[in-house]
Amino acid sequence: MTPLLQVKKLKVSFKHHFKKIDAVREVSFDLLPKQTVAIVGESGCGKSVLIKAILKLFSSSASIQAEKILYGGLDLNLLTEQELQKIRGKEIGVIFQDPMTSLNPTMKIGDQILENILLHKKSASFQEAKNEVLNLLALVGITDPAIRYYQYPHELSGGMRQRVMIAIALAPSPKILIADEPTTALDVTIQAQILSLLKKIQETRGTSILLITHDLSIVAGFCDKVMVMYAGKIVEVSDTASLFKDPKHPYTIKLLKSLPRLDVQPNTFLQAIGGVPPDLSTEIQGCSFAPRCFATMEVCTRFCPPSFGLEQRECACWLLDPRATKVKQ
Amino acid sequence: MRKNPPLVLVNNLKKHFPTNQGMNKAVDGVSFEIYQGETLGLVGESGCGKSTTGKALLKLFSLTSGEIFFEGRDVSSLKKRELLSFRKDIQMIFQDPFSSLNPRMTTHEILKEPLIIHKVFKNRAIEKERVYELLELVGLDPSHANRFPHEFSGGQRQRIGIARALALNPKFIVCDEPIAALDVSIQAQIINLLKKLQIEMGLTYLFISHDLAMVRYLCTDVAVMYLGHVVEIGKSEQVYTSALHPYTQALLSAVSIPDPEKEKARKRIVLPGEIPSAINPPKGCVFCTRCPKVMPICKIEKPKLREIGSGHQVSCHLYQEN
Repeated sequence: MTPLLQVKKLKVSFKHHFKKIDAVREVSFDLLPKQTVAIVGESGCGKSVLIKAILKLFSSSASIQAEKILYGGLDLNLLTEQELQKIRGKEIGVIFQDPMTSLNPTMKIGDQILENILLHKKSASFQEAKNEVLNLLALVGITDPAIRYYQYPHELSGGMRQRVMIAIALAPSPKILIADEPTTALDVTIQAQILSLLKKIQETRGTSILLITHDLSIVAGFCDKVMVMYAGKIVEVSDTASLFKDPKHPYTIKLLKSLPRLDVQPNTFLQAIGGVPPDLSTEIQGCSFAPRCFATMEVCTRFCPPSFGLEQRECACWLLDPRATKVKQ
Repeated sequence: MRKNPPLVLVNNLKKHFPTNQGMNKAVDGVSFEIYQGETLGLVGESGCGKSTTGKALLKLFSLTSGEIFFEGRDVSSLKKRELLSFRKDIQMIFQDPFSSLNPRMTTHEILKEPLIIHKVFKNRAIEKERVYELLELVGLDPSHANRFPHEFSGGQRQRIGIARALALNPKFIVCDEPIAALDVSIQAQIINLLKKLQIEMGLTYLFISHDLAMVRYLCTDVAVMYLGHVVEIGKSEQVYTSALHPYTQALLSAVSIPDPEKEKARKRIVLPGEIPSAINPPKGCVFCTRCPKVMPICKIEKPKLREIGSGHQVSCHLYQEN
C-alpha cells in the first residue's frame, strides 16, 4: 500500500535565548490509509512539535528541515503558504489538546463548525452547510444539535467542547485526523466516550488517525501501530500487540513497567525510571536514553544507535546489534 | 476490630457555596475515618467535591455543617494556640508544582518558611541543617538549595512541595492530585517516594486522585465520590476486586489496561452523559441520570450508605443490608 503521509528525516529546531533547541532530531515515518498510529512520549519529547512541523504551523522562530514530507504526491515542505492552506484542515485535520482554549469564546459553536465548512467547500450554500453542521453535531454525539448550535463554548462541559473540536476537524472530511492528546484534559468516563467516538469515526469514514499521547495504556485498545518517541527521536516502532507483549527498547520496557495496572496485583513499589529526560538545548552524544538505561554499554555513550529492523519492527538501540551482550531485564 | 481510635474522623461533612444560580452543594454529607499509618484514596471525576473535602480537613474554610475530629478533638472548636499546633500536624501537597511554589523564593527560603512561622528553631545554623536534611529526604541534592523553582523540572518541583509539607514533621498529609501534572515515568517516582516516606515516618495520607490505578498502589482504603457524595467506601482490595456501585464499576472499566489482548476481550461500560451540576443535583440517587442499572426507586429515594461486607459500604438501592 502506498503511504498516505510519508515523513523522511524531519528535523525541527528553535532559537531561544541564544540557545538552539533541537526539538525533533531526524524523524521518519509512514502513515497508511485507514491506519491508526500512535506517537507516544513524555512531555518535551517533541511529539507535538513534530505534527505542527508537518503542517508548518510555526512562525519563523522554528527551522524545519526535511528530506521530504509527502502527502498525496506533494511535498508539504516545498509548498507555498497559499497552497498549504488547501491541505491544512481540508486534507489533514487537527484536534488540539485543550478544548478550553482552542475554541473561540466569542463565537457560537455552530458558527465555528460552519466556518470550517464554508472555508473548504466554497460551492456549498449557507443552508447546505448549516444542515451539514447539524449532522456533524449529531455524529459526534451532541444531543439536541438544533439548540446546541446557538450555544457558546462556556455553556458546554469539557467533554462536549472536545466533541465540538472533533466536529470542526471532521467538517471538511479530511483523510488524516491528527489528535494531539485529545483525552488528556478529560475525566476517565468522558475519556472512554471520546475514544469510542474516534474509533467509530475511523470505522465509518475510513479516516487515518495519528494519535499523539503520553498515555501508553489508551494506545493498547485503540491503535494499530505505535511509535515511541524519546528526546526528539523515534526509538521504537512496532505494531501494538508486539510492542506490549515484547518491547525491545529499554525505554519502552521501563515505561511499560512503570505503569500502574488494574489487572495485576499491586506490588509494594512501582518500577520508576530514575533520572530525567535530557536537556535538548545541549548536544547529546550517543544514545539519549543512556544515562537512564539499565543496560548502558560503552558504545551507548559514544555513538548514536542506528535503527535496527526486525520483521515489521524497528528499534534504535545498541542491544539489538549482533555484537552486543545479551542482557537480562 | 481496630484497637486505636481513628486519627481523622469526618462525620456528615457538608460544604455549600453560594452562587448566582443557587447553592452549589460541592460536598453534601460525607463521612469517613482514617487510621494512623493508613492511606485513604479519595477518587472521583472533576467537580465531585474531592478537593473541597481535602481542603475542609485542613480547616481552610468554615463548614456548612458536619464535624471533623483530629486525634479525637473537634477541629472547629480549636482556638488560637491549639489551632497553630493543629496546623503543624496537618499539611498539604498541591496538584500543580508550577503554581504552588513562590517563583521569587529560593528552595531554601521555601523550606525555611514553615520553620520560621512556627518558630521551630532558635538557631539559624540548625535551621539550615534541617533544610538540607529535608532536601535529602525527598531525593534532591542539598547543593541545589539556592536555586529557584523555575530551575527544576516538574518532578523535582513536586519533591520540593513534598519537602515543604514534611518540614514540620506532620502526622497527616492531604495530597491533592500530587501526580496529575507529571509525566508517566515521573509519576511512579513520586508515588514511590510518598510510600517510602510513609513507611519511614509513619505518616497518614488522604490521597485525592482521579487515577484509579495509581490509587490502588498507594492506598489501604478507597472512597469513591460522585457529586458531593461518597457512593462506595472500603478496603482497596474489596473495592477493586468486587466493586458494588454501578459508578465504581464504570470507573474501573474506563481505565485502560496496557495490554491489547486483554483490552480487546474486555467489555467497557461507557457511561452516557456527563456529571450533573452540583447546584441542581438529581432527586433521589445522585447517579440515577447516568446509571445503567437505574430502577424507579432510584429517582425517588436517596440511597443510604449501607455496610455490605466488613467495612465495605455502598450507597445503592441494588444492595440490601446484611
